[in-house]
Amino acid sequence: MFANLDLTKLIFGRLTWEAIPYHEPILLVTFIAVCLGGIAVLAGITYMKWWGPLWRDWITSIDHKKIGVMYMILGLIMLLRGFADAIMMRAQQAIAFNGSEGYLPPHHYDQVFTAHGVIMIFFVAMPLVTGFMNYIVPLQIGARDVAFPFLNNFSFWMTTFGALLVMASLFVGEFAKTGWLAYPPLSGILASPDVGVDYYIWALQIAGVGTLLSGVNLIATIVKMRAPGMGMMKMPIFTWTALCTNVLIVAAFPVLTAVLVLLSLDRYVGTNFFTNDLGGNAMMYVNLIWIWGHPEVYILILPCFGIFSEVVATFCGKRLFGYTSMVYATVVITILSYLVWLHHFFTMGSGASVNSFFGITTMIISIPTGAKIFNWLFTMYKGRIKFELPMMWTIAFMITFVIGGMTGVLLAVPPADFVLHNSLFLIAHFHNVIIGGVLFGLFAGIYYWFPKAFGYKLDPFWGKMSFWFWVVGFYFAFMPLYVLGLMGVTRRMNRFDDPSLQIWFIIAALGAAMIAVGIASMLIQFAVSYMRREQLRDHTGDPWGGRTLEWSTSSPPPDYNFAFTPIVHDNDSWYDMKRRHYVRPTEGFIPIHMPKNTAAGFVIAALAAATGFGLIWHMWLLVVVGFVATIVATIVHTFNYKRDFHIPKEEVTRVEDARTRLLAAHV
Amino acid sequence: MSELTLKHPGAMGAENPPVSKDGSAGHFYMTREHHPENGTLLGFWLYLMSDCLVFAVLFACYGVLGRNYAAGPGGAELFELPLVALNTALLLISSITYGFAMLEMQKRRKGAVLMWLAITGVFGAGFLGVELYEFAHLIHEGAGPQRSAFLSSFFALVGTHGLHVTFGILWLITLMVQVSKHGLVAANRRRLMCLSMFWHFLDVVWIGVFTFVYLMGVL
Repeated sequence: MFANLDLTKLIFGRLTWEAIPYHEPILLVTFIAVCLGGIAVLAGITYMKWWGPLWRDWITSIDHKKIGVMYMILGLIMLLRGFADAIMMRAQQAIAFNGSEGYLPPHHYDQVFTAHGVIMIFFVAMPLVTGFMNYIVPLQIGARDVAFPFLNNFSFWMTTFGALLVMASLFVGEFAKTGWLAYPPLSGILASPDVGVDYYIWALQIAGVGTLLSGVNLIATIVKMRAPGMGMMKMPIFTWTALCTNVLIVAAFPVLTAVLVLLSLDRYVGTNFFTNDLGGNAMMYVNLIWIWGHPEVYILILPCFGIFSEVVATFCGKRLFGYTSMVYATVVITILSYLVWLHHFFTMGSGASVNSFFGITTMIISIPTGAKIFNWLFTMYKGRIKFELPMMWTIAFMITFVIGGMTGVLLAVPPADFVLHNSLFLIAHFHNVIIGGVLFGLFAGIYYWFPKAFGYKLDPFWGKMSFWFWVVGFYFAFMPLYVLGLMGVTRRMNRFDDPSLQIWFIIAALGAAMIAVGIASMLIQFAVSYMRREQLRDHTGDPWGGRTLEWSTSSPPPDYNFAFTPIVHDNDSWYDMKRRHYVRPTEGFIPIHMPKNTAAGFVIAALAAATGFGLIWHMWLLVVVGFVATIVATIVHTFNYKRDFHIPKEEVTRVEDARTRLLAAHV
Repeated sequence: MSELTLKHPGAMGAENPPVSKDGSAGHFYMTREHHPENGTLLGFWLYLMSDCLVFAVLFACYGVLGRNYAAGPGGAELFELPLVALNTALLLISSITYGFAMLEMQKRRKGAVLMWLAITGVFGAGFLGVELYEFAHLIHEGAGPQRSAFLSSFFALVGTHGLHVTFGILWLITLMVQVSKHGLVAANRRRLMCLSMFWHFLDVVWIGVFTFVYLMGVL
């Protein structure tokens, strides 16, 4: 067996110069742009001498706030990549008529739509949602950090290195051409022998470990670390939705991990789980991936429901209507989300009884969701509504999401689904709920909590520009897809024969262009807000008249969050404290016990990513070395017993005195 | 939680008495450091349950594919129950010996803990040895994981369990070094407790494998 051992193969596997796509002008230009941008960023960091602070204060940080911010940055950067894919697809479909092949050849187009889906779900929505949960949950429950701070840092880096692998596929080799869930047998080794599916598998496996561990971490945090007095039914709604989401993560992501392991066994070892011959069953894969996949969409939407609940209560100046029903609705959705997965493939042929069951459970989910919509409406009723940006996004959500929900209930009817399955109607539906629900929720959250994280509000003018271009652009981009879907146009098409369809695709492309302006406005807004930060500054730590504990501390909060752990008496505890004339303590500070930063998370995640890269390219030497190094690094980390320290009393006093002076000078 | 509020009646500054509607004094924060309960055991339980789902998927696959022999050999021809019985005995005994290690840990007898851990490790390694022998034997007979969907799902399920035992042994050795180095400090006791849960969990999963795969396979 060692006779034909080839050293080059052992080191480089199947990676050759051919894998670098220098013959594709689009990729080449992108690559050059990314390189120039990357060099500019690296040079900037070096010039500003930021490497030290970057390593000490961010990369190795176990502070849940910094990790939360890093998740948000990751999500926003990946949003640009995912949106670039989107606008490429819209442009291609708008011009590929009347014999024109457009500008994207099929093998490239297929990678683009796969990457778009994977990136938007795993590396945009997930990091943004996890970022919010990381940042906000410990503050809302009056804790100093999460239950396992090191694990938190590790989770973040696993997610980031997963994203890096997807990005690497752009310039080294290629990405999967299978659609975002990589159904076999198309994703099997016979139909997809190249590295695309392997990039998909290992990027998701590495990021998935991070997601799972962060789920475990946040459940333990919420269950064990709430401030005294905060019973379960006194938790802020966002924390409740975060709890349910993390329960879903822990109960769903192992299924994804397992099913991707089985797919990789089929590809690497030659097993027959999902193959066409020797007893394999591809529908097993489809079932399993959707047993993860359907809870996944609730993983994304539930925290956004939480954000809307916080925003509505704050900007209407009222206690949230129906807190208890909101909690129960969230829990019911959590449970029901496991009983609907088959509606993604009614056409599989399970028969009328099975399809009816899953059709009915799917329709039932709209009941707790509808209850939530009414709770928000009743909170607004007779409230003093302040139309700040978070509230604007919330109203846009309520309108858009209801439309998306109704088309969803329509798709839940199996006979209708047989007509609309795999059509652009479906595409319009899930973008309607994911953009109108998740993304709008994340934007509402960004505008709502940005002043908490950075100490100044975001510029409202550019925020409103972004809002209107996004919302109007969304309707222009996706309403035509409903029409096209009803006419029977299927998804993932590279070109079209019927010229009468073209106008709808042109309108959709116009919508995508408007969304591009919306995204650009948001980026401009970040820059403008940073430059105008002194005018936009909030000294109080409570710029909106907030109701929950995160607004009781300074903006940005100190490392230790709260000088003294709050005691909770009411579910709007900060509102309750203000109502009862709480006075901020200014003396008697004590040393605070905190976890210490560590580089272990970054190092282990980097080694895992190197192992993944080796597995993708069959670089077996790298795989063995990387895997052993990952294990060794983990074991070495467990020998570190000194993981915490005390912030001395003097330091706490200094920070708190500075805030006392600030409050005296400005408020 | 109420005792916390009662213990610190002076939590608020005396110069600013808080007033509430019912006139009673409210206490808004603790003046001492708050020590939430350690979440490690809960977190580890959550991890175990997520791991349990990985096994659930593998069991489900075996349930669906376990009769897809593709004209190849089936369980009745392949499985040797005496060998599996030996294997099961080794793993179950290792759980008992781990239990003894935990009892000694409660008595803070470091030497005895290390001894029982070592015995547990030896039994675990014995289990792995028998399993590897079985796998090698099957592959040698042409009944490898590529032969049929039944064998794919068999190797995936049993192999994943074996992989868990392997990592359990690696963890056990690491922990023995740590116990001998730092003694039975609180952190090490917590780690021993986690590994204990992990080890017993693998036992429970194995009982499922034994029943569902082997016993029902030879029926």
